[in-house]
Amino acid sequence: MRVTFPHMGNLFIPVKGMLQYLGLDVVVPPPSSKKTLTIGAKYGPEFACLPFKLNLGNFVEAHEQGADTIVMAGGCGPCRFGYYAQIEHAILKDLGYDMRLIVLEPPEKHLSELLAKIRELAGNKSWWHIFQAVRFGYRKAKAVDEVEMAALWARPREITPGDTEKAYTKALKMLDKATSTRELMQAEKSADQLLSAVAVDNKKTVVKIGLVGEIYTLLDPFSNQYMERSLGRLGAEVDRSIYLSEWVNEHIFRGLARGMRTRKKACLAARPYLRHFVGGHGQESVGNAVNFAQAGYDGIIQVFPFTCMPEIVAESILPKMRADYGTPVMTIIVDEHTGEAGTLTRLEAFVDLLARKKEAKEA
Amino acid sequence: MKGYIGIDVGSVSINIIFIDDGGVVVEAIYLRTQGQPITMVQKGLKELHGRLPKGSKIRGVGTTGSGRNLAGIIVGADAIKNEITAHAIATSQVVPGVQTILEIGGQDSKIIILRNGVVTDFAMNTVCAAGTGSFLDQQAARLNISIDQFGKIALGSKSAVRIAGRCAVFAESDMIHKQQMGCGLPDILAGLCEALVRNYLNNVGKGKEILPPVVFQGGVAANVGMIKAFERALELPIKVPPYYNVMGAVGAALLARESAAKRGYSLFKGFGISDMRYKTGSFECTGCSNLCEVVQVTEDGGVIARWGDRCGKWSNAVREEKIS
Repeated sequence: MRVTFPHMGNLFIPVKGMLQYLGLDVVVPPPSSKKTLTIGAKYGPEFACLPFKLNLGNFVEAHEQGADTIVMAGGCGPCRFGYYAQIEHAILKDLGYDMRLIVLEPPEKHLSELLAKIRELAGNKSWWHIFQAVRFGYRKAKAVDEVEMAALWARPREITPGDTEKAYTKALKMLDKATSTRELMQAEKSADQLLSAVAVDNKKTVVKIGLVGEIYTLLDPFSNQYMERSLGRLGAEVDRSIYLSEWVNEHIFRGLARGMRTRKKACLAARPYLRHFVGGHGQESVGNAVNFAQAGYDGIIQVFPFTCMPEIVAESILPKMRADYGTPVMTIIVDEHTGEAGTLTRLEAFVDLLARKKEAKEA
Repeated sequence: MKGYIGIDVGSVSINIIFIDDGGVVVEAIYLRTQGQPITMVQKGLKELHGRLPKGSKIRGVGTTGSGRNLAGIIVGADAIKNEITAHAIATSQVVPGVQTILEIGGQDSKIIILRNGVVTDFAMNTVCAAGTGSFLDQQAARLNISIDQFGKIALGSKSAVRIAGRCAVFAESDMIHKQQMGCGLPDILAGLCEALVRNYLNNVGKGKEILPPVVFQGGVAANVGMIKAFERALELPIKVPPYYNVMGAVGAALLARESAAKRGYSLFKGFGISDMRYKTGSFECTGCSNLCEVVQVTEDGGVIARWGDRCGKWSNAVREEKIS
């Protein structure tokens, strides 16, 4: 069994760590690229969203490298993601790729099914070993988040352009290489040192932007045209409403780890505007936008793939929140376009708007 | 004469303007981009140089529009800014207290909301170009009238016919039907203006609070039929500034004034650039499967800029060469 899984930003680092800890042969698909997108758009249904097409492209590319089994998360509506695994599997079958599919459904609805699937994946490994593997993966996810957060802070403040990016890439590579808890602890330390060593201007005033929206396009830089990096270069410090480890804590550990942002808190904040689950992260997008506004962020950017229903609901509610708090909100919809100029113009204009507003307020 | 140059390099046209120290437009040059932004910028600057009195001093240059980076590198710009900021700056200067800017150009349209002189919100057309100038251009050509006459004829309408405005394709087929039914030309043109305004307000202006003073600018603001249609739809008076079609360039010049003052000198390379040899070319980087199209600009044989690479391998290389 040679296992593969779809890309979503740096997700491959913890997932690969966890699966290898279980002793599995893992094939990480090549990083999402124009080629991935071309494959996905060719074989995927035209009306499916961008994440679907990238997933599909990932699987084809992983198959070319010898993968024969797909591990993917499931879900249960209203977001269409819940049936993506099955549809993608059917398309692959039509194309003549004979790949096994293991779908991990959310534990709150299908616990026994989930455990059976994990058993299928882990073979005769003990539950204790499986638990250790999950813990190792979670630790990696947290370490990746730390590195991402450090980079988000350093990017707008770096003195030599590009320094943060170099340190960030190197730090992630170190975390990826670690195969035991001991090595991981060492890598965490080195990664931290690397990012702390980036020369920054501590006193620089930067605008703070909160990113909300659909999880895939939020976490995957290829799909959002490297938005975080562009914003950093434009002098904006970015915070994101979802980080990998938070998502794992929420959905796999059911909120057991304390002191983290949870769905519950976001939904509480969304209450005045939206009291119902609308699928995906629609409700969280509204709630987290409120949280960012209350925390004094200068602006909020919502990002989602074209045709994403839950986020369209959120988009239509955000102006109301904006009227109450006065925090500017901009929505960026991503699809198959790879020309970055249009997105850059909008980001630049938005950062300008925030900077001038901030100047006027402080003067 | 001392002053600042503003250059707006759009997809369809290039506007070059010269303002004096007080921000008053002295010269305005309009050129078609014709797919060769560099040559046209060089040509425009040469013409400007000829028009300005001898001994004029350029204290700063600003660029904007989709070709702003390319133009900025060529001329040595003090400010390279996006169209939203440029338009907002210019209009605030011309119409103090402006709260809403409606801008419709050849290929794009935008709305900018300002409060207390600061931009608080904006939107640009994303998925559809139905509400833009090129559509009007095309329909005028189909009806065999010149685009300058479009607005005047539309004003002669007594009752505008209803034309579907959500999509340019729908609009065109609906228009043809009305035409074949025998509706009059002025009524069809007025209906087209109304459809365009509806489309603009529903797409670009969606969810925005439109408060007066409302300023309408961009190439389409020349069309009196459109002005009238906006006034009817918004029930507000619409102002059109005197240099409505070069506001982006005016904003770029004003921004150049700001940043040149901060820096203390200008980065402008001088009018001599009109005679330099620039070459642009692109190549596909094969470093990874992204196959980025890297664009490279050379000035008399030396590389002065590269962009288009996602990883920064090529663009950073130029930056490092420059520092050393």
